[in-house]
Amino acid sequence: MRVVLAEDLYLLREGLIRLLEAHGFTIAAAVETGPELLEALLTHRPDVAVVDVRLPPTLTDEGLQAALKARREIQGLPVLVLSQHVQQLYARELLADGTGGIGYLLKDRVFNAGQFIDAVRRVAAGGTAMDPDVIAKLMQTTSRRPGPLLRLSPREREVLELMAEGCSNSAIAARLSVSDGAVAKHIANIFTKLEIVPDEDANRRVLAVLAYLNGTAGRTG
Amino acid sequence: MTTVSRTSGTSVRAQARSALSAGGEGLARLAVLLLAAVPGAVLPVGAAIFSGVMASQLLQSYDVGLFLAFLLAAVVGSAVAAANVRRTANRTRGQLERWFGIRLPAVYEPRPELELDGRGHWWTGYTYHRSRTVAKYAQLVHWGLRDRTTRAELLWLLVNPVVVVALVGPVAALLGVGAAYTLAGPVPANGFDPLSSRMTSVLLSVVLGVVMIVVGMLVAPLAVRAYAEAARRVLDQDGRATHAQLTRRVAELTETRADAAGNQAAELRRIERDLHDGAQARLVAIGMTLGTIEHLMDTDQEAARELLAEARQSSARALQELRDLVRGIHPPVLAERGLGDAVRALALDSALPAEVCVSLPDRPPAPVEAAVYFSICELLANAAKHSGADQVWVDILYRAGFLRVTVTDDGVGVADPSRGTGLRGIEKRLGTFDGVLSIDSTLGGPTTITLELPCELSSPRTSTSFAKA
Repeated sequence: MRVVLAEDLYLLREGLIRLLEAHGFTIAAAVETGPELLEALLTHRPDVAVVDVRLPPTLTDEGLQAALKARREIQGLPVLVLSQHVQQLYARELLADGTGGIGYLLKDRVFNAGQFIDAVRRVAAGGTAMDPDVIAKLMQTTSRRPGPLLRLSPREREVLELMAEGCSNSAIAARLSVSDGAVAKHIANIFTKLEIVPDEDANRRVLAVLAYLNGTAGRTG
Repeated sequence: MTTVSRTSGTSVRAQARSALSAGGEGLARLAVLLLAAVPGAVLPVGAAIFSGVMASQLLQSYDVGLFLAFLLAAVVGSAVAAANVRRTANRTRGQLERWFGIRLPAVYEPRPELELDGRGHWWTGYTYHRSRTVAKYAQLVHWGLRDRTTRAELLWLLVNPVVVVALVGPVAALLGVGAAYTLAGPVPANGFDPLSSRMTSVLLSVVLGVVMIVVGMLVAPLAVRAYAEAARRVLDQDGRATHAQLTRRVAELTETRADAAGNQAAELRRIERDLHDGAQARLVAIGMTLGTIEHLMDTDQEAARELLAEARQSSARALQELRDLVRGIHPPVLAERGLGDAVRALALDSALPAEVCVSLPDRPPAPVEAAVYFSICELLANAAKHSGADQVWVDILYRAGFLRVTVTDDGVGVADPSRGTGLRGIEKRLGTFDGVLSIDSTLGGPTTITLELPCELSSPRTSTSFAKA
């Protein structure tokens, strides 16, 4: 699997290259600046891009902007965005086109190599990988306001959070140490309570959940 | 000796001649001043009287005729006066420069451009108008009354005739009366003795007359000088930027500087403490754990693995703490996106539903952005904590050199800066940038808090955007 990597800090860039190569990825290009990133994305058309939000020369959100621009050129180009901080604002912008293949994680998540590599693979396959922090904030805003979210049981909320992060049924089952069947039942309950039309396709399902959470947070505010 | 006496003799003569020529020049200048004062004073009054009389003649048969005539007189009079404001002041400035080399700079405040808003109304910087012409005149009047130099010129229009009359009057009286005495004395009369009392009185009257004329001529330059002084006092606003004003400003700056320095010191102290108790301590712990792992690697691999997991968790927590700290120092979104998006991100995380509307052509200077951002943070937190509101609106607008932020909530109302330290903290924060905070609230709500501070944006490019959160 070919990866384009954009990270301006030398240590982190080298660490990520080593980590990705150790897990069988090929680094098509490793760049340092926003303009370089955009060019690399458009010429290499990688299977997945791992991008730092803040890049030179302006040290603003150049990485994010380059990734969004590239996705407008190449529909559904899988991009995993890394940042020292996560913002609902950026998450919304990344999810706005509703095509999936989006990841948005705190840089710390790299510490857990297994989960990080899993997230990269998921994004490359067109899935989503949202940082638990983003989901937690989203749930917080949504559940502060009256709505069907309050009807969920604590376990169902846990399942919803993991689902929103982009986990598959089996991954959720493994994380919560329950059976696949139990997870499926919880998910069916959640969809009924939130009045979302269930979808067989796991990726579309995740997007529906995120759209629901975003929409609720947006509508009541 | 002789040389000295001769030089002193010539110098006395030269002095007398120069005094007389100065007197002549002074008289000429006084005449110029008198003539120059005519259009500024006589024309408006004359126009007012003329139009008033004409109108009253025409409208004689109506009850309201007199009233209308007065009204017309006032309007015509002030219009003619207004047309003469700048001309009079400029004439005086020219005279001062020509005669004394005194330059009075005429610096006017820039007049804001008329802006057309979305609903087709003209914004003058102060008020909205449907018609462009009305807006133009309204703006002119408003601006003229606010501009310090124009105000000084208005004052000068009123003061100038008074000063001219007060100075020209005595000189003219001296000259006139002196001339009368001089000429009235030697009127030929039938036979009188060279030493008779009549002759004496004639001589006396001639001498008195000449003395009065000479005194008048000597006083004339002084009168011109006094006129220049009066003009400088009235017209030179910046030279007059009075001691009291400067003292007040210095006191203000001293206070805000002390606040800023105090805040900064407190901030640094807080950061130091947070680092010391947080990330630093965690890194020490991680180092110790790693040491233990090194030791356990050969003997107890299971325990070493557990400790590794612990070390990783510690480092994650240290990062989290650093992240929180950074957000308190300078929020990353603010650095990456600027004030508008930073406040939108804030609204998304806010406990209250918040609607944000931003109209900022470009980015304000970084210190202003940070001050305004943290102020809005505080206001949103206050609204969530104390107001019992269901909704908050944040409006960020840049116009005519001022950044204005309004935060409105539909809560119970009554926000009083004397009650909490929060609002006073915001006032101090904004004070550093000459910004002000005002509160509009009644019992039962709503509450609107407005922050306003002067600032320059980096480049003029207008974009308006709305966002919901």
